[in-house]
Amino acid sequence: MEIRGTSALVTGASRGLGASLARVLAQEGARVVLVARGVEELERTTAAIRAAGGEAHAVAADLGDKRAPHAVAGTAAALVGPIDLLVNNASSLGHVPLRPLLDTDCEALELALDVNVVGAFRLTKLVAASMSLRGRGLVLNVSSDASVGAYAGWGAYGVSKAALDHLGRILGAELRGTGVRVVTVDPGEMDTKMHADAVPDADRKSLLDPLVVAQRLARLVRDSERLANGVRVEAAAWSSP
Amino acid sequence: MLVVEPGAGRWHDARIGDLTRWLIAGDLLVVNDAATIPASLRATSPAGAGVELRLASYLGEGRWRAVLFGEGDWRTRTEDRPPAPTLTPGARVHFADGFSADVEEVDATSPRLVVVRFSVAGAALWSSLYRFGRPVQYAHVAAPLELWHAQTPFAARPWSVEMPSAGRPLAWSLLSSLRRAGGRLANLTHAAGLSSTGDPALDARLPFPERYDLPASTVHVIRSTRSEGRRIIAVGTTVLRALEGCAVRHGGELVPGQGTTDLRIDRAYEPQIVDALLTGLHEAGTSHRALLGAFAPEELLARAWAHAEAGGYLGHEFGDACLVLAP
Repeated sequence: MEIRGTSALVTGASRGLGASLARVLAQEGARVVLVARGVEELERTTAAIRAAGGEAHAVAADLGDKRAPHAVAGTAAALVGPIDLLVNNASSLGHVPLRPLLDTDCEALELALDVNVVGAFRLTKLVAASMSLRGRGLVLNVSSDASVGAYAGWGAYGVSKAALDHLGRILGAELRGTGVRVVTVDPGEMDTKMHADAVPDADRKSLLDPLVVAQRLARLVRDSERLANGVRVEAAAWSSP
Repeated sequence: MLVVEPGAGRWHDARIGDLTRWLIAGDLLVVNDAATIPASLRATSPAGAGVELRLASYLGEGRWRAVLFGEGDWRTRTEDRPPAPTLTPGARVHFADGFSADVEEVDATSPRLVVVRFSVAGAALWSSLYRFGRPVQYAHVAAPLELWHAQTPFAARPWSVEMPSAGRPLAWSLLSSLRRAGGRLANLTHAAGLSSTGDPALDARLPFPERYDLPASTVHVIRSTRSEGRRIIAVGTTVLRALEGCAVRHGGELVPGQGTTDLRIDRAYEPQIVDALLTGLHEAGTSHRALLGAFAPEELLARAWAHAEAGGYLGHEFGDACLVLAP
């Protein structure tokens, strides 16, 4: 998919991978709407993109709230036009610090599912059918290796990301032939606040810079039309231009 | 779904899920992909009175045409609502949290009709509209509508102040079966306006001029569908008005891009683009019913409607569908 001129909606965009991806997409000529809960960080990130000459708009919302996706999708389409690229990146870990599943409050599992699966599903529902009428669109779901590997302590998050992976596979099957694609990507381990929340004692030198991963995702977006609909890929495959 | 065949002078009881049965491979359905704005805002007048500001149409640069209503809510029929206190240019109405709008113009014939400018623009304005606004409500609906009740399945840009409701039953499974049956789909965006203002003089002026955006890809597929002798089916009166309004303005040709239409369609009008219309069941005496006169004789419509009423069909925004085929 051509990025220049594309209307993009990126969730979890105030920091980390979401902020870097919004920056890269805007640099490449997309009109970008950034969504996150924290207003101040979101406004800062958006202002930085504008200062660099990109088009960016900030929409503060909590995607765990049932009403939020309608406000987000409507506001985004009002500002940048019908959405061509939706990046479901917003994620909740459930508990911070992480807990084993048997110590996980049911509400924490629900929170992870609400944001990481149902929030992504709601936004996808709000953009995918209109994409199909235009015969063009990409929903990029940001997953994790925790959706495949059974890592102790990553229960709520891992379960939600596994569900997100499968949501993408089934949607991909249902969208075949419409020009709309769903692709799920494992970005790799990044040096982000979320990673620090989950693994406070990690060796940061071993972690990827989110900007480097964002550039990989931009290459993936450009390449997406040759991918099978619903496929799950690793961002590392787009390491070199 | 009631299917009216003007050519044969007949009607049929059908189901919207069987829509493909009434189409021929290659027929094109054109839908309105405008999302519904939460266009109803509770506000306080400068004198402290409760008012409802109902957005009617976007005028550009943060300005909107809007209709004011007095105290009361959706449980009262729009036509029974008391009028709002008359406001003058310069008056400021407050919503909440510092969000407000200034009255810039008041209509010469109806003080309910105003032009307002909001206190914020861009993302801040849209976020505020979604935070404080509610979809326009209907007294005939049992419970307050949430925004998702008032959206079609393929809504994109929030341009409509009320739901372009003909598209509501076109769920993904129905669109998929249409595609599988060789049907074609295309979109345009048309800013569906208010259905009622509560003021008979103002209602007589409805619909106000409405803006539309006609994609080049839709113009292209309409041309190829017509050249193949297949039919153009407008999903909703808004699509009909956009396509015919555009054609009337451009000597019978469709020109892609944004435009505005104030075209009124009735039995005297001969459609230039649209062959058939998927719509709701509209009562005699309404502008929507008059519009059906362009496709079928009133005598046939009246008989078909009497049949539909006796058979328990439902009218209004959440009612049953009606497919009026080519004469």
